[in-house]
Amino acid sequence: MGLMNKHVVLERHSLLLTICILIVVSIGGIIQMVPLMYMDNTIERVDGMRPYTPLELAGRDIYVREGCYVCHSQMVRPLRDEVERYGHYSLAAESMYDHPFQWGSKRTGPDLARVGGKYSAEWQVDHLKDPRSVVPESVMPPYAFLADKTLKFDGIKDRLKTERLVGVPYTDEMIENAKVHLVAQADPDNLGYDDVDGLVEAYTAASGREGTVEARDYDGDPTRITEMDALVAYLQMTGTLVDFSTYEAGDLKNRR
Amino acid sequence: MANVIARGRSDTSTVLMVGALLGVFMILALLMAAGAKDTGMAVQAWTFIGLAGAFLVGMSMWAGQLLGRNPFDQSEYENAIVKWGVAASMFWGIAGLLVGVVIALQLTFPHFMYFPEWGFTNFGRLRPLHTSAVIFAFGGNVLLATSFYVVQRTCRARLAGGMWPWFVFWGYQIFIVLAATGYLLGITQSKEYAEPEWYVDWWLTLVWVAYLLVFLGTIWKRKEPHIYVANWFYLSFIVTIAMLHIVNNLSVPVSFTGSKSVQVFSGVQDAMTQWWYGHNAVGFFLTTGFLAIMYYFIPKRVNRPVYSYRLSIVHFWSLIFIYIWAGPHHLHYTALPQWAQTLGMTFSVMLWMPSWGGMINGVMTLSGAWDKLRTDPVVRMMVVSLAFYGMSTFEGPLMSVRAVNSLSHYTEWGIGHVHSGALGWVGYISFGALYCLVPWLWKKKALFSKSLVEWHFWVSTIGILFYMISMWFAGITEGLMWRAYNEFGFLEYSFVETVDAKHISYMIRALGGLLYFSGACLMAYNLVRTVLGHGEAESFDTIDPKYARPHQPVLQPAE
Repeated sequence: MGLMNKHVVLERHSLLLTICILIVVSIGGIIQMVPLMYMDNTIERVDGMRPYTPLELAGRDIYVREGCYVCHSQMVRPLRDEVERYGHYSLAAESMYDHPFQWGSKRTGPDLARVGGKYSAEWQVDHLKDPRSVVPESVMPPYAFLADKTLKFDGIKDRLKTERLVGVPYTDEMIENAKVHLVAQADPDNLGYDDVDGLVEAYTAASGREGTVEARDYDGDPTRITEMDALVAYLQMTGTLVDFSTYEAGDLKNRR
Repeated sequence: MANVIARGRSDTSTVLMVGALLGVFMILALLMAAGAKDTGMAVQAWTFIGLAGAFLVGMSMWAGQLLGRNPFDQSEYENAIVKWGVAASMFWGIAGLLVGVVIALQLTFPHFMYFPEWGFTNFGRLRPLHTSAVIFAFGGNVLLATSFYVVQRTCRARLAGGMWPWFVFWGYQIFIVLAATGYLLGITQSKEYAEPEWYVDWWLTLVWVAYLLVFLGTIWKRKEPHIYVANWFYLSFIVTIAMLHIVNNLSVPVSFTGSKSVQVFSGVQDAMTQWWYGHNAVGFFLTTGFLAIMYYFIPKRVNRPVYSYRLSIVHFWSLIFIYIWAGPHHLHYTALPQWAQTLGMTFSVMLWMPSWGGMINGVMTLSGAWDKLRTDPVVRMMVVSLAFYGMSTFEGPLMSVRAVNSLSHYTEWGIGHVHSGALGWVGYISFGALYCLVPWLWKKKALFSKSLVEWHFWVSTIGILFYMISMWFAGITEGLMWRAYNEFGFLEYSFVETVDAKHISYMIRALGGLLYFSGACLMAYNLVRTVLGHGEAESFDTIDPKYARPHQPVLQPAE
């Protein structure tokens, strides 16, 4: 075969071989990835999505740090049993502010895309401290140390700024008040109501929907803000932002 | 003194360049340690300074010939770096497998294996440690060692770049230590198989570019007109991993003195990028790299030419072209647009053919030497690795079909599938190569004990079977339980009932892992005794001098 004989050229020229390899392995990725960055219908039009509050973002960082994604997915598939078990199937829009995404690849534990509000914050704290105290058959590791660790949030302003740099729509006001907002959400009783109002106002405006911001002491220890506060605040928010009453799956703009 | 004179100016300059580079990075690390925003960053920076400093001192001693060896003797192959690579592979292999056994036990006996006050011992932090240790530390060192060995022999040239190959080797070990200690400290960007944070990613990029240049530089020095087929595979592995690593790790550090960074992509785009990377870490790290090992070590060990030159061309180009498309099969039924999912599935099914092409080319190389399967357990190990390769590259396309994937995804079936490829294919072909390399490098007539290799083979094989079968069983069980409905039309099982149902399977899996780990320990023992020259591992210089020469590579059709 003539073509086979021509292969000798590649076998004798290492740079040509390297360049050909690079071209051949680039094609698939370019075709699959580049359109996703530009096609309008990659992400659905929804009401209610907003950036994470500083406390939720700090909680999400703990979720990432502890490797929760190793055992928990955050992606409900549009299959009958999953929709009945976990709730509405996940939309691309719901993770559009997730840098990085947390869809996961394994369910050693259940999906957490819609765990927000499914259990009380008290249950979440008990479960995180000692999973087998509430679910005897569980194989989850205990996270009691989170309740003992005071949350460090000196860098939260820079953290929000970096999020904005990669495209999350935090306003100047949100960034300026990041620390105040964080404290207000975890410890609403110790500060003036103005701060809580400021937090709720800013993030409700971003969401365009009432009731997406909750402020309370999450870990049952009002004396300080712990990592447990942050993580539970994040968990209690997951999957609750989008208003599904106005979402039309059949709309041509949402067909993918 | 003669050595000093013989040393070229360019060799001395590579020592100075590597030294200068290390110096610059140590100063940067010192600045990061001084201004560290978090304790993790400070620990990582000091770890880097310590390791880079140790490398610098070692390099100075070596280059200054305090150890009585000319490191740049052009009349010989560079074997010392391959020896180090073999030792590092064995060390990280044992470490990675041990962590695997520990986390398997954690899921089996959560009452005993967790420590509530020690966050770093939790499954979520140890699992990335296990995957990175076996893939990048064990697999990566096997690839470094074998590629440095093979490229020299097939080009008939000493490794290029003077001190740079050593920079690649020790730089890579520094990468491993930073990544591993980072996970324990909770420093991760949470992208599977790409967990290390931004500064470790930058360091690895630098090491990897040096690796590519050393590899290409050696090819440029070659005395053979043709580039041997194993080197095409190594080259595609090095080039593609560079591309995947850079794109998937695009991130913005929150602070240049802090460990945290934010990914540039988000949500669906990030998911696509991650699994484009993730699946091709399998494709180009765990497949093409190890196929290169197959293309050198099997022909060499059985003393037969590669079965078909044409098949190697066809399967090489089709494999690397098709593999890169397969990523989206990890995202079936997710929020990824369906056109991308369908492309991923289609190419995954197509991938079956080039995969089996490679397997056939390897197995059929034994034509005329089938008796070696019976007489040489090292050959048997490598051929059985191809059988596992064939099995898991059939299972993979099957699982990538949407209907099958709706059952198998998120379950233990995926874990079983990965391990049949990892333990069976990657593990066995690596063990085979290491069993070949140790007597060759340390110039011994044979391994310390052939019967220990037999024991290793059978103990590990039984371990793999326990692992695979228990995970198939667990995965299909939980997949079916998740979707089971009762007679009233309600979901039959709560989630935790499906967890409970896997307990026995988890026990069998842990036992399988333990057996496989025990096999690797037998191997390490055997290799150490071989190096020491015990048992059957007689030195060449004590026997007939005609064996004292290393074997010449068998001429391949490609040469």
